[in-house]
Amino acid sequence: MKISKLFLSISLALGLTAGAQAAEIEVLHYWTSGGEAKSVAELKKMLEAKGHDWKDFAVAGGGGESAMTVLKTRVVSGNPPAAAQIKGPSIQEWGDEGVLANLSAVAQAEGWDDLLPGVVADVMKYDGKYVAVPVNVHRVNWMWVNPEVFKKAGANVPTTWKEFFVAADKIKAAGMTAVAHGGQPWQDATMFESVVLGVAGAEFYKQAFVELDPEALNSPTMIDALKTFHKIKNYTDAGSPGRDWNLATAMVINGEAGMQFMGDWAKGEFTAAGKVPGKDYICTAAPGTSGDFTFNIDSFVMFNLEDKEQRKGQNDLASTILSVPFQEVFNLNKGSIPARLNMSMDKFDDCAKLSAKDFVKTAKANTLVPSMAHGMSTFSSTQGAIYDTVTEFYNSDSISAEEAAEKLVKAVAAAKY
Amino acid sequence: MKKKSSAPRQSLGNFLPKLVVAPTFVVAVIFIYGFMFLNAWLSFSSSRLLPTYDWAGTIQYEKLFANDRWWVAAENLMLFGGLFIVICLLLGLFLAIFLDQKIRAEGAIRTIYLYPMALSFIVTGTAWKWILNPELGVQRLVREMGFESFTFDWLVNTEMAIYTVVIAGVWQSSGFVMALCLAGLRGIDDNIIKAAKVDGASMPLIYRKIIIPGLRPVFFSALIVLTHIAIKSFDLIVALTGGGPGFATDVPATFMYTYSFTRGQIGLGSAASMMMLMAVAAIIVPYLYSELREKKDEH
Repeated sequence: MKISKLFLSISLALGLTAGAQAAEIEVLHYWTSGGEAKSVAELKKMLEAKGHDWKDFAVAGGGGESAMTVLKTRVVSGNPPAAAQIKGPSIQEWGDEGVLANLSAVAQAEGWDDLLPGVVADVMKYDGKYVAVPVNVHRVNWMWVNPEVFKKAGANVPTTWKEFFVAADKIKAAGMTAVAHGGQPWQDATMFESVVLGVAGAEFYKQAFVELDPEALNSPTMIDALKTFHKIKNYTDAGSPGRDWNLATAMVINGEAGMQFMGDWAKGEFTAAGKVPGKDYICTAAPGTSGDFTFNIDSFVMFNLEDKEQRKGQNDLASTILSVPFQEVFNLNKGSIPARLNMSMDKFDDCAKLSAKDFVKTAKANTLVPSMAHGMSTFSSTQGAIYDTVTEFYNSDSISAEEAAEKLVKAVAAAKY
Repeated sequence: MKKKSSAPRQSLGNFLPKLVVAPTFVVAVIFIYGFMFLNAWLSFSSSRLLPTYDWAGTIQYEKLFANDRWWVAAENLMLFGGLFIVICLLLGLFLAIFLDQKIRAEGAIRTIYLYPMALSFIVTGTAWKWILNPELGVQRLVREMGFESFTFDWLVNTEMAIYTVVIAGVWQSSGFVMALCLAGLRGIDDNIIKAAKVDGASMPLIYRKIIIPGLRPVFFSALIVLTHIAIKSFDLIVALTGGGPGFATDVPATFMYTYSFTRGQIGLGSAASMMMLMAVAAIIVPYLYSELREKKDEH
């Protein structure tokens, strides 16, 4: 008795017990840039309206790498947050660890199976049960264009990779940066997957990045894509290595650069700068990918908690996230489109309307593909292996495309087991 | 009766020092050696996203040695560590010798040289990242001064980026070596130098034959400190290059972090950190051995 009391008081003193934070819904996320932070504030407001305390647990870093590290230490120490921003196949990895909460009750009561497209619902389930709620659907294969720069250079907005290099040459000749790029591995990979999709099409993309077929990874088509990808480097500026994505977006906003390849979260930056789509900037699918859609779905995964109050809060959080008002206001801020079907898109801008239309269209045409760069197509270990090869190839001038394709196969095989 | 009353006091007297030291001892055993052991175990397990304690043999080490990126990291550590230590020692020694010439404002100059040591590596890294960025720093400055073709793009050049880490590291740590050497120089007996002068030895000769050999213990201390700074150089790399361009400036510490914490391959990360432990042990153990043996000889 005495000993257990001692331990209790020690752990209380160290603040280790979950009971000390009862009725608080702690939500781990990595939405810290301008447009993103606004969106999170909306969720907080709605949850507080339902009588719960929102405890913000924001960890900076665009790709969410640092957030995942913090999350792991919390789970290992037996003190997970109520909800965390985890997405894609990683949800399955966490499910394997047996630490996720079961949301079936809410899901059935609200009929999630009918509210969500099949592709999205599958990602949210582990072992047939809902463990996560989708927040939005991002399209990754966008190209952001500053029309002012194009006008000055006398170039046309490209729709194929051939046209792209013509336009880029003109912008470069006019003394401006053609492509605003942030040279971080995830941004290199984001650009690369758009190139692969544009050069080789959705079928090949799935073979390479979803099935991880060695024959596709080291094929003449892949070598073509790698060469095109490396060529883009000539049109970026010397300051690009290590630059954050939103700083690259700012270059397009300010007219220092003509284009950027980035998912539609970049739109949040344009909106925050007071720019109007179609007038101040143009959103268009990356060259050659207008009939395709690489999706990146953000979702909140719920963790197993002991406390009843907190579990109720979790369920309320889940149903709030899927509610029409939240999906609308959140996605308006974030630049993405609602994950929920049959919503009115009236309030959304042209980019989002196009995105929503293409989402439904590509789902039917089977050209809707998961984003490799954003962890939607593979486990983090395989994704990391692809990142390494892509970023090494992009940054080095001494590796040939053929060698890079060979390395790709080797690295992916090594990450599998 | 007398015996009975004195016995507990005596045993308490014997017991007390051990009792006072015990918590520190336990903490050290658990949190240093215990976790080292735990990590060794993990490196032989099949851990991926979260730690598991099964037995998987040496598969993680095989994967590690087959990994290109690991060899880049190991090579970078050799390159960075070697240059960093040698340049710091030489620069520190020269600064100390120059400062030792009884110059004016010595205190102020010493403070200026020593000051970078007070900064965290994160600050150093961030500052140098701006200084070396071709679009913001030195290259732009010189170009704006009229030298249009001047190029200094090491930071974004895959081949040269590791040397920018050396520059920033040396800038931070050579002042510390200088302080150590200066203290060592001041500790050398003036009479020996005076005697050498009387014998007609020139100053360079005195430095070469008497003073610098006399600084041997100082070099040893500096070497140990610099070595472990080099091996754990994580924050500097993260702030300065983020391991990039690509993974060109990856070192074992950032490698370990990436695989353990962002790629869900904890087993592989543990294997990498075991290799780092071996590297430290390879340097520290012979040093401790020689130190302890010397002491034995003295007695």
